[in-house]
Amino acid sequence: MPTIPRKVRRLSKRDRLVLTVMVAIPTLIQLVFVWLPTLFSIGLSFTRWNGLDLTDIRPAGASNYQFVAQEYPPFWPAVQHNVLWLVFLAVVATPLGLLLAVLLDQNIRGSRLYQSIFFAPVMLSLALVGVIWQLFYQRDHGLLNFLLGTAGQPSAVDWFGDSNVNIWAALVAATWRHAGYVMLLYLAGLKGVDPSLKEAAALDGANAGQTFFRVVFPAMRPINIVIVVITIIESLRAFDIVYVINRGTNGLELISALVIQNLVGEGQVIGVGSALATILLVISLVPIVFYLTRTFGKEAKES
Amino acid sequence: MTISPTLDRRTLLKTLGIGAVGVAGIPLLSACTGGSGPAGGSGSKTMTFGSSASDDVPKRAYQAVVDAFQKKEGATVTVNTVSHNDFQNKINSYLQGSPDDAFTWFAGYRMQYYAGKGLLAPVDDVWKQIGGNFSDALKKASTGPDGKMYFVPNYNYPWGFFYRKSFWAQKGYTVPTTFDELKTLAAKMKADGIIPIGFADKDGWPAMGTFDYINMRLNGYQFHVDLCAHKESWNQPKVQAVFDTWKALLPYQDPGALGQTWQDAAQLLGQKKTGMYLLGSFVTQQFTDKATLDDIDFFPFPAIAVEGQDSIEAPIDGLLLSKKGGDSQVAKDFLQFMGTPEAQNTYYSVDTSNIATAKGADTSKFSPLNKKCADAIANAKNISQFFDRDALPAMANNVMIPALQSFIKDGTVDIKNLESQAATLYAAQ
Repeated sequence: MPTIPRKVRRLSKRDRLVLTVMVAIPTLIQLVFVWLPTLFSIGLSFTRWNGLDLTDIRPAGASNYQFVAQEYPPFWPAVQHNVLWLVFLAVVATPLGLLLAVLLDQNIRGSRLYQSIFFAPVMLSLALVGVIWQLFYQRDHGLLNFLLGTAGQPSAVDWFGDSNVNIWAALVAATWRHAGYVMLLYLAGLKGVDPSLKEAAALDGANAGQTFFRVVFPAMRPINIVIVVITIIESLRAFDIVYVINRGTNGLELISALVIQNLVGEGQVIGVGSALATILLVISLVPIVFYLTRTFGKEAKES
Repeated sequence: MTISPTLDRRTLLKTLGIGAVGVAGIPLLSACTGGSGPAGGSGSKTMTFGSSASDDVPKRAYQAVVDAFQKKEGATVTVNTVSHNDFQNKINSYLQGSPDDAFTWFAGYRMQYYAGKGLLAPVDDVWKQIGGNFSDALKKASTGPDGKMYFVPNYNYPWGFFYRKSFWAQKGYTVPTTFDELKTLAAKMKADGIIPIGFADKDGWPAMGTFDYINMRLNGYQFHVDLCAHKESWNQPKVQAVFDTWKALLPYQDPGALGQTWQDAAQLLGQKKTGMYLLGSFVTQQFTDKATLDDIDFFPFPAIAVEGQDSIEAPIDGLLLSKKGGDSQVAKDFLQFMGTPEAQNTYYSVDTSNIATAKGADTSKFSPLNKKCADAIANAKNISQFFDRDALPAMANNVMIPALQSFIKDGTVDIKNLESQAATLYAAQ
């Protein structure tokens, strides 16, 4: 069978110009605001610099990385906390979001109101989140200790100050946010599932659980991939909640908080901070590459 | 030329995806903004003044000083006020960009560091005029690493133990002057069911005050300065001794320290739940009730081994000239004015929470507590600036905060690791 010649479309000069501009401008913006700073960061992670004069930049080899891994006490706890964060979001927060979405998809009364309530935390500002959880967790006057009946007593748990419990307190706060986000995405996903699939499953005698896990959930595969990537990225980006509690110290160390600590403000150590940022970048590449290969790999197969 | 639409979209999406990767590297450029202001030419009786006094009261106080100066000299001063966090965080780029002629800053290592980098103008000629207004301790604190004068002090505030007079009188407690007396008193308070020493370190920095005092009382003022500047090693018995001594005090300090801020701890002192509280005199800002405020008294940190109670921790705030400001006679006159009792009285007339540094400043309006604080500073042979002003900020923020918090938690510290971290951070400067 002879090969079919591909349809060739000629573009007018104007089309080409428009396309060039549309590609060039975003590329340039990417280059200037994303690529160059990234490359500078990576470059600076191999130097020592006081941030004053460009001539003060001195090569340091891999010593910043060595410092971070061997001498900087908060680093390994931060890595552990990031892993814990990921596991907690994946095992608790994301399924909770899915559960909320499934419940709210049942056309119960006031569904939209509940949606707004659960999604509200995602939209709140950093400062407000801090105030809300302070009211909840405060040792002497906080709601939680009040409910436990220990407020104002020596046995009261210091939810933010005790380094054995504060990471869990922070994770609950993170779940409160993450679940709302996941819920919204899954609600959209559930709306996109063809109802005839459910009807067909019901006709075949499947119960509600079987219908959901064998039919609906697999049909939401594109959303599931997005959720996996978002959960991983959220656990790497986790920053705001620990920052408002105590700026990410005393049991709440996270890599992102250490990057900020070392790069921004008075405690600036450019070499070490850049090394931490580069480490975070390399870790972040894993889920992003996974996502891109899944997305574009599939597209390549289809085209 | 042919363009496949799918390919095109893909490239675009790829670029977007990679963009998401790059975001992680953005913080690098965050500090690349410089302050700017109109240049003050010499002789033209105009100058710019960069102020980090962004809170209402200090802002009005500095404005009063500026107004008085303008009236006196017939000069025009443009004031650029920046929030103090931003000001401190951007000081590097500020000084390298186009800084104001004069600006607010601190004494100590953080002043000497920029003087050493040539970003400040010396003001020896100003000090020839105002030198008589200041004690030797203040003069020492205003000197750069090259022996020239750079800084003109405005006010300071002492660190020490604050307590409620009536409460102590009722319980029969007396002011301790030695460390052993302090421990005996603390044990007595504990037996009485009170938390002896108020303590808060959620924010990380307040515990540095305890470290500084024990260090100075054990090893002397000069050792404190040299250790902060990393001329002394952290990995030596003298530093270990500081932590060992502190460990004896730890059981008497509020065990809830890591979960509370200094404001919380101040409330506990006011409510007589803690017996005393080691903090800067700004602690009094928390006592809005006049009866409580009048009941607050102060005593200096007890003597331990050397130099008695000669040294006091009293961070000094004042003015500096930028390198450019060194060419401006008006700016120099402004610094000179700041170093007079007249200007400092003007400042105090608005902001009464701090203590004027110049001799001859009017103390008649001082509260008895302020008088006591002022005397403690005036009688001190050495004035330290607090760890985060005497040391490299990165050392204070990135190394000391986690180290002290973990010490408070379990009483252990790894001085060898402190030294290796210090070596790396100071080498980067």
